[in-house]
Amino acid sequence: MAPVNSAQSSDAAAQSSAALRFASQSANTLFSLFITFIGLLAVTFLISRVIPIDPVTAILGERATGEQIAALTQKLGLNDPLWKQFGIYVWDVFHGDLGQSVRTRDPVLTEIGRYFPATLELSTLGILIGVIVGIPAGVLGATKPGSWRDLFVRLVGLMGYSMPVFWLGLMGLLLFYGELGWVGGPGRLDSMYEMMIDVTVPPVTHMILIDTALAGEWDMFWNALSHIILPASLLGYLSMAYISRMTRSFMMNELGQEYITTARVKGMPERRVVWVHAMRNVAVPLITVVALSYAYLLEGAVLTETIFAWPGLGRYITDALLVADMPAVLGGTIVVGAVYIGINMLSDFLYRLADPRAR
Amino acid sequence: MSFLPLARKAGAATLAALLLGAAPAALMAATPADTLVIAAAIDDIVSLDPAEAYEFSGLDVVNNTYDGLVEINPATLALEPGLAESWSVADDGVTYTFKMKAGVTFASGNPVTAEAAAYSLQRAVKVNKTPAFILNQFGWTAENVDAMITGAGDTLTLKVDKPFAPTFLYNCLTAGVASIVDAETVKTHDVGGDMANEWLKNNSAGTGAYVLKSYKPNEGVILEARPGYWRGDAILKNVFIQHIPEAATERLQIEKGDVDIARALTPTDVAGLEGNADVSVVTDVGGQVYYLSFNQKNEMYKNAKFLDAMRWAIDYQGMADTIMKGAVIPHQSFLPQGYLGALDDLPYSLDIEKAKALLAESGVKDPVVTLTVRNAADRMDISQSIQNTFGQAGIKVDLKVGEGAEVLKDYRARLHDATLQTWGPDYPDPNTNSSTFAENPDNSDEAGATGYLAWRNAYDPGAMTAASQAAVMERDPEKRKVMYADIQKTHRETSPFILMFQQARQTAMRSNVQGFYAGGAVDAASFWLVTK
Amino acid sequence: MTTLNAWLLDPNPKSRLQSRVGQTWLSWLRFRRNPLAMIGLGISVALIFMSIFAPLLAPYDPIVQSLPDRLLPPLTPGHWMGTDDFGRDIYSRLLYGSRITLYIVMLVILTAPVVGLIIGTVAGYFGGWVDAVLMRITDVFLAFPKLILALALVAVLGPGMVNAVLAIAITSWPPYARVARAETLTVRNSDYIAATRLQGASALRLIWGHVMPMCLPSVIIRVTLDMAGVILTAAGLGFLGLGVQPPLPEWGLMISAGRKFLFEQWWVATMPGLAIFIVSLGFNLLGDGLRDVLDPRSAGK
Repeated sequence: MAPVNSAQSSDAAAQSSAALRFASQSANTLFSLFITFIGLLAVTFLISRVIPIDPVTAILGERATGEQIAALTQKLGLNDPLWKQFGIYVWDVFHGDLGQSVRTRDPVLTEIGRYFPATLELSTLGILIGVIVGIPAGVLGATKPGSWRDLFVRLVGLMGYSMPVFWLGLMGLLLFYGELGWVGGPGRLDSMYEMMIDVTVPPVTHMILIDTALAGEWDMFWNALSHIILPASLLGYLSMAYISRMTRSFMMNELGQEYITTARVKGMPERRVVWVHAMRNVAVPLITVVALSYAYLLEGAVLTETIFAWPGLGRYITDALLVADMPAVLGGTIVVGAVYIGINMLSDFLYRLADPRAR
Repeated sequence: MSFLPLARKAGAATLAALLLGAAPAALMAATPADTLVIAAAIDDIVSLDPAEAYEFSGLDVVNNTYDGLVEINPATLALEPGLAESWSVADDGVTYTFKMKAGVTFASGNPVTAEAAAYSLQRAVKVNKTPAFILNQFGWTAENVDAMITGAGDTLTLKVDKPFAPTFLYNCLTAGVASIVDAETVKTHDVGGDMANEWLKNNSAGTGAYVLKSYKPNEGVILEARPGYWRGDAILKNVFIQHIPEAATERLQIEKGDVDIARALTPTDVAGLEGNADVSVVTDVGGQVYYLSFNQKNEMYKNAKFLDAMRWAIDYQGMADTIMKGAVIPHQSFLPQGYLGALDDLPYSLDIEKAKALLAESGVKDPVVTLTVRNAADRMDISQSIQNTFGQAGIKVDLKVGEGAEVLKDYRARLHDATLQTWGPDYPDPNTNSSTFAENPDNSDEAGATGYLAWRNAYDPGAMTAASQAAVMERDPEKRKVMYADIQKTHRETSPFILMFQQARQTAMRSNVQGFYAGGAVDAASFWLVTK
Repeated sequence: MTTLNAWLLDPNPKSRLQSRVGQTWLSWLRFRRNPLAMIGLGISVALIFMSIFAPLLAPYDPIVQSLPDRLLPPLTPGHWMGTDDFGRDIYSRLLYGSRITLYIVMLVILTAPVVGLIIGTVAGYFGGWVDAVLMRITDVFLAFPKLILALALVAVLGPGMVNAVLAIAITSWPPYARVARAETLTVRNSDYIAATRLQGASALRLIWGHVMPMCLPSVIIRVTLDMAGVILTAAGLGFLGLGVQPPLPEWGLMISAGRKFLFEQWWVATMPGLAIFIVSLGFNLLGDGLRDVLDPRSAGK
């Protein structure tokens, strides 16, 4: 009986120490997340102080008097020492106060809350398309490197990467909307539905696809889908280039491993070899790649949003930048940055969870 | 085979797209019959409260949801009675009496009274947002406005602080800030003393043909017609203004008939629509004027012959015919067409030989002009053309391109050398441009008078300052007109300003759309007369 | 010739120089066998050739305007790629623009990856709190939306080509740092590093001489993929007026300027777009070829 007991207890000990390690690593991760976020705030704060745009005149406008300027400067705390201003800044951010837009005088957080769901909807669909097309494309290239289909996949991917976004977007719109009429036009819905949506669909998530599905408004759902499919495909195409390339690279490395050769020699069908065994190991670093692309889409879809009149965060931040609405710019930057850090940490987490070697 | 999986995927995707798009898209080929769908760039809207709205898109909405005492006829652009059916000014020149039109109601059903009118003007002054200065010019402040503007029954009495030209007051009363709001409704939505400023961002309380149903920033504005509009009910029951910032996208939409009116097209898009039988294009002028100005802190720009040389080295017509086609018309004085006293003549044109001769006479050797310009496409195009023609005349131009805010900052601090700018009028009276182009009471650095364009360029207009100040007090409209004509002539021959263009606006409409008025230089857009 | 060949291919080199040169020659031979890599090399060489000989190859001055000739379509006699909206020949502008493109790309290559490499290897080699601090800094820069950072920098430093390049470089180094660090982590515990350390090599020598060369292949690959991105970012900045100033014929700026004519006069934006595409393709293929040759792990594929 003794050996069994000791085996059991050593198992339990091993398990609990693994759990402890996992917990401490997670705590570490969260701490890093926090530090990175503070760093992000520091950089945005620095930028806001260094940019040669005077916030006071920006708020009060051209016709401000000397006393008005002095009063507002005092009120905004611009006369306090820099570290104190930073402290107040951090405090405000953690209380959800990202300041007021200079242009509209609405709270920045409210404005961002308005545009973020649209960006989220578009980027999520985009990354899904990118993954669904990109990963198989990469595998296709990896299994026959140097072949015509490999070259084809790489060329198509490269085109998405090096042709300017607006070119692809406008040409796509011209072809699929203008000439063929296969998809809906710019905006999230047809004008008829835009007029109805506030009345018939309760805004649960502010993402039209989800809200209309929840409300059972299927006409609107299909209409919204027809409007989102083209910009999402565009974003998907852009991320597909990177995803397929990395998949190809990882898969090629993996297929050169000994265990793959062994499996092949043993007579395992190629499909299983690639998609079950190799993919299992490739999936792990691929998560990081997908996370990176997702975050990139969330931040940078400005041109897509402009062409397709999509009321998203990219447009919001860029427009604010062009009129020097610094609170809006920095608020948007913090939100995007925070989401990015979050996604990154999540992918690190999943990576560690999935890959025993990395523990 | 190796291509099969790929082909299958492509096929599936195409099929999905077809299924998704084909059915609903086929149904929605045209816009709903009772809705006017407009594609425009409306991201400039800050607020739809008439006391705060000051940008083009905001004023377009305000023009259709509110009315003022004095109105502008959409078709003729002439002043006509609005909510006041008649008015007069006493001999003292400072007391005005307005008789309110009878039987007009707000969209809420409340009657329009002189008290409501007085309240509206008082409110605009007290809320004190950007356009309040238009009213403050008449000596109204938050402290005195309750006494200066009073209304009882159907009579509104306005007192101003100086005997201004009456046309000055009437013109200003057509501005959006002087809209009459429903006092009772406004008072119920007051939050913390803001006089409903927050509530009016998303709701309307006016007499206009339409009521503001919804406003989603950067997405769209929905207007709904109200029954019982005093000018006759709007013909189209709904207006949906969709925010489409990309001109090429708007073009596709109007070609397909998914919008009825497209307002933000570029001249290239308009040219591309030329053969299209379903789309017609209407050209109108806007209020913005394009000009070059030179900082007279640089002695070179005080040289009269040098300034003249530059005036003849610009290809006004060439630019208006090619790179700026449809976006501008040549215009060479500071009052835009449509304003009282505007001049239509074009004395200057491209004459390189003349420019060279004048340059030689001026005695300036190897001049270098550093031209600061905002990085918008049209400005870049104009400045490159100027660089080219000035170069041919022997004047080197260095382009300094920057962000709008940055360029403006330098300009206001008198740090520029030369700059290409536009100026949009603040209100529909000639004083708005005259006071800024031709007046400069104190040219010193300390004065910090950035409100005057003349000050920004360190330019002392001399006798024109007094002349312009006198013109705003001239009670005879005909005399006033002549005064502005004279000031403009002197200005364009002697000042370091070169007026080049006036904005032109091209609106594309489906050929079944009639009755749309964009408002020219003095008014905003009007939707209630549109049919389709 | 055969003696040179023999010397290069000598399996028992007599000096370090011979060994190094021999290795390079062998790599070149392997590289030559890869047709795609040779195409990539060809394109890159063509780019360099074009930029050097632009004044001789270009039929027109890229800057002088000619308004009567504006917006001529491709295959018009005298302008085989058409003209832009100021009447300037697009082909000539592309040729002169290749210089600017090359300049920007070189400048970014020499700064961002180098900075990233240094930070990544140092972080990976020393580990501990050095690693933690450096990686946190990297994360912050990664989290920052690129355009904002670039625009903020240009707003502070002022517009112009060098500042734009600086802005792009500052936003591009983090991925290189990450890649370098990952490679360093893999390498630092290997035997030969331990052996060299036992021999008394300093950290600096180890990092510079042994660790960094191992990271080079991954960095090079990343660089080639990033080329197009750099050019397009420069285009974005130029479009906002903060990078290269007109009338310089920078390709990205040409694309941005051609945007308003996309439907009718598509060539104004599409020609420079194609140029960027071909150049990125070239660098890409070149990078892949280099990787196959340089990376010992992918040898024998």
